[in-house]
Amino acid sequence: MPLELIKRPEHSRLMAIASPIIAISLTVAAGAILFAAMGHDPASALYFYFIDPLSTGWSLEELVSKATPLVLIGVGLAVCFISNNWNIGAEGQYTFGAIAGSTIPIYFWEWDSVLVLPLMMIMGMIGGAAYGAIPALLKTRFGTNEILTSLMLVYVAGLFLDWLVRGPWRDPGGFNFPESRDFSEAAILPSLTGGAMHWGAVFAVIAVVVVAILLARTIKGFEVRVIGQSGRAGAFAGFSRARMTYFAFLLSGALAGLAGIATVSGSVQQLQPVISPGYGFTAIIVAFLGRLNPVGVLIAGLMLALTYLGGEAAQVTMGVSDKLARVFQGMLLFFVLGCDTLILYRFRLVRSRGPHAPCVSPANLKPVKDVP
Amino acid sequence: MDDKRSVSLAVADGPQRSGSDRAPLVETIGLTKRFGELVACDEISFDLNAGEIHALLGENGAGKSTLVKMLYGALEPDEGTILWRGVPVRLANPAEARSLGIGMVFQHFSLFESLNVAENILLGLPAGERRRGLADKIRTISHDYGLPLDPDATVHDLSVGERQRVEIVRCLLQEPQLIIMDEPTSVLTPQEADLLFVTLRRLAAEGRAILYITHRLPEVLELAERATILRRGRVVASADPKRESAASLANMMVGAKVGDVERSVMAQRDGEARLQVKDLSAPASGPFSIALKDISLAAHAGEIVCIAGVAGNGQSELFDALSGETRARSNEAICIDGVPCGHLGVTRRRQLGAAFVPEERLGHGAVAELRLSDNVVLTRHATADGLVRSIFVDARTAGDVESRVVGDYDVRIARQDPEARSLSGGNLQKFVVGRELDRRPGVLVVNQPTWGVDAGAASVIRQALIDLAGSGSAVVVISQDLDEIFEIADRIAVISRGRLSPPVKAEDASRESVGLLMGGIGGQSEPSGKAGKPDGRAEIHAA
Repeated sequence: MPLELIKRPEHSRLMAIASPIIAISLTVAAGAILFAAMGHDPASALYFYFIDPLSTGWSLEELVSKATPLVLIGVGLAVCFISNNWNIGAEGQYTFGAIAGSTIPIYFWEWDSVLVLPLMMIMGMIGGAAYGAIPALLKTRFGTNEILTSLMLVYVAGLFLDWLVRGPWRDPGGFNFPESRDFSEAAILPSLTGGAMHWGAVFAVIAVVVVAILLARTIKGFEVRVIGQSGRAGAFAGFSRARMTYFAFLLSGALAGLAGIATVSGSVQQLQPVISPGYGFTAIIVAFLGRLNPVGVLIAGLMLALTYLGGEAAQVTMGVSDKLARVFQGMLLFFVLGCDTLILYRFRLVRSRGPHAPCVSPANLKPVKDVP
Repeated sequence: MDDKRSVSLAVADGPQRSGSDRAPLVETIGLTKRFGELVACDEISFDLNAGEIHALLGENGAGKSTLVKMLYGALEPDEGTILWRGVPVRLANPAEARSLGIGMVFQHFSLFESLNVAENILLGLPAGERRRGLADKIRTISHDYGLPLDPDATVHDLSVGERQRVEIVRCLLQEPQLIIMDEPTSVLTPQEADLLFVTLRRLAAEGRAILYITHRLPEVLELAERATILRRGRVVASADPKRESAASLANMMVGAKVGDVERSVMAQRDGEARLQVKDLSAPASGPFSIALKDISLAAHAGEIVCIAGVAGNGQSELFDALSGETRARSNEAICIDGVPCGHLGVTRRRQLGAAFVPEERLGHGAVAELRLSDNVVLTRHATADGLVRSIFVDARTAGDVESRVVGDYDVRIARQDPEARSLSGGNLQKFVVGRELDRRPGVLVVNQPTWGVDAGAASVIRQALIDLAGSGSAVVVISQDLDEIFEIADRIAVISRGRLSPPVKAEDASRESVGLLMGGIGGQSEPSGKAGKPDGRAEIHAA
């Protein structure tokens, strides 16, 4: 290989901004090749995928309502990932938050009060946080890998929800469909404009602002960054890694739980066996594409919401599978992580150094630092 | 002059030994390796004959590891030549070195705990080796060389000594002519070490050369036929251990005494100790960690107490215990200004007026990815510096402290408030030390204050430590650099295998006595008569 990765003395500010843009361009280019390989005209396919959904007010509202859970979860995950806690189970915390918050409209369905919605939201956050506390407890007490435990708990939560809506929580007047009863008016998060965009969007913006201040200005945010970058230095600063693990999982769990109950209350308006098209997993991409920065997460959340809408649009107009959305999301994460290398490293062309000296010296074989 | 001596020895020695014009097995001529400004190996010339056990001696940072890494193909020399049986060779990687007949047994093992011995050995062999028959081969070789090993045993169940045998057998399977051993006894019990020596003598008797890296002098006297001594990257002597004593070797290792430093302020030891450590013990936290045993130490206002010792004898464990990163079992084991704090964490100890500078600058004392001003917040967020107001970090105050430290301690930076990683080692060390000195701490504990730092920065740091003590603080310096210790210390103690010798007054200590204690001579618990007046213990109890 005539290319060598050279470590930069400091991280590149330019590349920190350019990297997501390069990644998006590469994703679009790869998408064009993909469409061409499937026999579609790349230009019109990309138009239907990325531009068309932005052309009507109705679909813009749809975009915001899909971005809402992505941003809420992504902001929490950013705190997790910065502090080096790999919460992959936001989907489960989202589901559990939705279940916990739904107990009120399902068990007290006749209760009509202004307290219903705030209580639901709080219950949702507590449910998500409690579910997030499980991998935190396992990590701090038994040293288990939180990637595995949090991921496995996603399936537990999903199956638990499935059992609830088929069993105890099935709508008595629902013709045996696996659904809960419809939420009463008091338990539905009001729309902001009359369309799909509901109050969850406001929660998401508040979460972005609060976490942005937390990370940038407070000593807690400093602790998050220090522990994430060097646990040893964190201990030297007097910060506890175990407490940080709880903090990160409880915060991201609470935000994922809020996303869950807000989506169920604002969009679905009842519990169903499936209440998420994978928001909890897509939010991982959102967090990284947004540079683990809350404001970046807000933008990235809108971007990724577009891939959902584009997938649906492509299915309708071109008859391709809506799984294409997943392909685009996967490519995006792949390119984002690849391009992030450029923030700390730069490429250098290497001329051949003769037959005796191989291009790879042991110093270059050190692994590239993993995800930021 | 010393260099010439080694070269002339090498030239005179070769023909004499073999009685023919056969060249030495390995010879290096002017081997040089630089890391940035630091010259790790400076024109090293030495040679090694077949059938010889050759000790490579030196303090930490003397260049031993760099030299053997070049011999093993893991580092490329910047200048100089390696001759293998008289022929210049270029070793691009360890595989080439192995195919030539150079094997190495590392200090830290690279074994998979969940695999068995045979599987581990197979993994280290060149691709294409067959598993069949390997177990028998392992049994034969390990039995022949007195290294009994069960090929089917899981590594997880093996003792440290047995794990080392796996590494040695793996090395022997490749029929090496030169075996490099990096501090092989550092993890062994004395009994295991004796067994290892039998094996090494036997390997040498078969005509293999053994390059034995150590800083334990008694082993050298017992085992080696020749010793090459490195100091600060240069060969300072090539000696015949039979004609030397441990003391003379220690002298060569640590260097001749340079001019005495005059201390303007003498310690006032009549007051209460500002840092008092009493019978501090801590179990080892892992296989490569050292247990601390009954450490007692007192540092008074106005004095610098230096703790000398060879790396890996418990220095970092002692530092962590003093800083509070590991808590003591007894709250009274550590007192700062009379306040028992063995159970308190690092933040509370800082609030009592203590400050700490660890050995590792990046990743422990500072975070590479953070700006210097953020690194100020790292250790000073909870002390009365006004860096944190309620929950918010005051970036402006942090920036003010950062500029003050950068100015006062001559930290050279390319631009305003850079990331810590962009600073050179010496500059970052000045910053990390300066950040703590800027607080005017009552007690300062610093581990390796000038490790890998150029001479200019080192003198800035040492002067700052002396000034701090002069202002009435107690300073504890853990160091492996005897030059430094004799330059700044009021009292000197030596740490060896987790035990601390009673401190002696610097003027009563000699390099020889300290060097002997560092090399493990003179007993770990009892000071020998040579170690100067052991007035420290009485002092501690009086304090």
